[in-house]
Amino acid sequence: MEALMAVVIGIFFAVSVYLMLSKHIIRILLGVTILGNAVNLLIFTAGRIVHAVPPIIGEGNDVPNRITANPLPQALILTAIVISFSFFAFLLVLAFRAYQELGTDDTDEMRIAEPENEPVPPLGY
Amino acid sequence: MIMHAPPLADWLVIAPIVLCIVVGAGLLCVRKTVAVHAAIAIAGLVLLVVLDAALLWHVANDGPVTMTMGRWLPPFGISFTVDLLGAVLALVSGIAALAAGLFGLVDVDDSGKRYGFFPFLFLLMAGVSGSFLTGDIFNLYVWFEVLLIASFGLLVLGSEQGQIDGATKYAFLNLVATTLFLIATAYLYAIFGTLNVADIAEKARAMDDTAPLATLGTLYLLAFGMKAAAFPVNFWLPASYHTPRIVASALFAGMLTKVGVYALVRTLVMLFPSERAELAPVIAVVAVLTMAVGAMGALAQSDIRRLLGYVVISGIGIMLVGVAVAGEGGIAGTVFYMAHSIVVMTALYVAAGMAARAVGAPLSITDLAGLYRSHPMLSALSLMLFLSVAGLPPFSGLWPKIMLVRSAIDAGSSWLGAAILVNGLLTTIAVGRVWVLAYWQPAPTPGMRREKPALAIEPGFWTEYLPLIILTGLSVVFGLFPEAMVSASQQAAVGILDPASYIHSVFPAGAVP
Repeated sequence: MEALMAVVIGIFFAVSVYLMLSKHIIRILLGVTILGNAVNLLIFTAGRIVHAVPPIIGEGNDVPNRITANPLPQALILTAIVISFSFFAFLLVLAFRAYQELGTDDTDEMRIAEPENEPVPPLGY
Repeated sequence: MIMHAPPLADWLVIAPIVLCIVVGAGLLCVRKTVAVHAAIAIAGLVLLVVLDAALLWHVANDGPVTMTMGRWLPPFGISFTVDLLGAVLALVSGIAALAAGLFGLVDVDDSGKRYGFFPFLFLLMAGVSGSFLTGDIFNLYVWFEVLLIASFGLLVLGSEQGQIDGATKYAFLNLVATTLFLIATAYLYAIFGTLNVADIAEKARAMDDTAPLATLGTLYLLAFGMKAAAFPVNFWLPASYHTPRIVASALFAGMLTKVGVYALVRTLVMLFPSERAELAPVIAVVAVLTMAVGAMGALAQSDIRRLLGYVVISGIGIMLVGVAVAGEGGIAGTVFYMAHSIVVMTALYVAAGMAARAVGAPLSITDLAGLYRSHPMLSALSLMLFLSVAGLPPFSGLWPKIMLVRSAIDAGSSWLGAAILVNGLLTTIAVGRVWVLAYWQPAPTPGMRREKPALAIEPGFWTEYLPLIILTGLSVVFGLFPEAMVSASQQAAVGILDPASYIHSVFPAGAVP
């Protein structure tokens, strides 16, 4: 099961890297989103995948009496999902505003902050 | 289960973070009432400095302090563990935040304050303090995200074209960097089954199979190198640091890259010392190239803010030398240089902001001239900061550089020491040129003061000179009386290289799982 998941995660990473190599903001944004999902699956697999029961300790016991699923990766993924979703929302708005303000979604043409053909710095005193 | 609440003094561990979040939330509630911002924010920042100082006092006297959340014993509960390294950096960045907050009172207009400058400032400080004080790798990731989202807010405050452009590059590249950090953390959990720093430190040293650890070390080097703006993953910094309000630049330049270096020291040096030794040649080359890019970039700029962005990068190169040579001297030099860089880079951006306000013009060294005649006090403070950032005596840049050069020579890599010295020379030329052209050179028409543009605002004492004097004074004190800082950074280095007391603080005798 882990091997299969590793292949799936590898495909996710490949797709996201391919998208992030694009010049267009919207594709980079999709790449970042897929990257976030790839990492979530990675954390899930890192916690080992087993056929197990939910990690609930029965009444009257101090420890679970069977092997249970690992609850920690799920907590980590939950945190990561919340963070990556909020970042996605922010980046989406930022990308839209950049398109409105700068009139392009091509990163090569976004040269307001670092203009081309800047004057040479003073060469003497 | 932990059945007793920790002693009162140990609550100091989370006090700076709680304070930042509470004050930030309070300011968010009153963000439309701009008049009350000044009092609440400055009181909050002063209290933050006091709490950080008390925490440093506690840690310096009693060794590392741990507080674990939610009654779960470590390594199951999330621990906050403060050692000397974290406490020193938290205090220094608290002071820098106080200075930036004072300057922000005038640098950010009412509209910027209504859009939440001060809540973002406190959220940023919560993230920075949390990163320095936490003892859990995943929690460190969460604090990174907190400071990142706060920095996005500060970066786009004002929504000008240049800001949107800079923020786009900053946001995407930094998000990729923190995602790399998360990937590395997932592998770390897969290998160790724990996220507690002290627990990992112990288990990593006892591990026979080091191949997976080398992967981890490399991933952390890439992720934190990107956060710290080390070459070749530094391009987001010069693309964005000159775009926001200058007080936001000051905060970023002071703290954010240093948090990256701190995390690198915490993971690579403390958790994976043998993997760091394997990666040392790579780190050394990266350090030298970062210094070269920073110094050359600074020489090639005419905008002072962009020039300072490259000076930040060159400082990162110097700090990486300490990580590359390690040893007590190297790490101590890096720690001291981090504190120096937090103070001086914040101060340099504040000084540049004051110069921009004083002349009411954009900050190009070809346009500025005659600041020395019109603003002698500002010029004197700026000159001290220029000398300090270049590492000249009697200011704070000198001592960490001496420690780093000496440890590089002791470790048999004199070329690293030589690189620091050459970088110092180039930085001196770059900032010296700013001094000569913008400050020293007489204004264009000799004998006649240039007509003051309508936008020019005379710097006030409490909001502009006072923060600059605090920071410059700190740099002078570190330079003239370095003993306290040197011994603190040496003790911090010992605590990083041999984390026995750190581990003992998390797992008191016999409690090891």
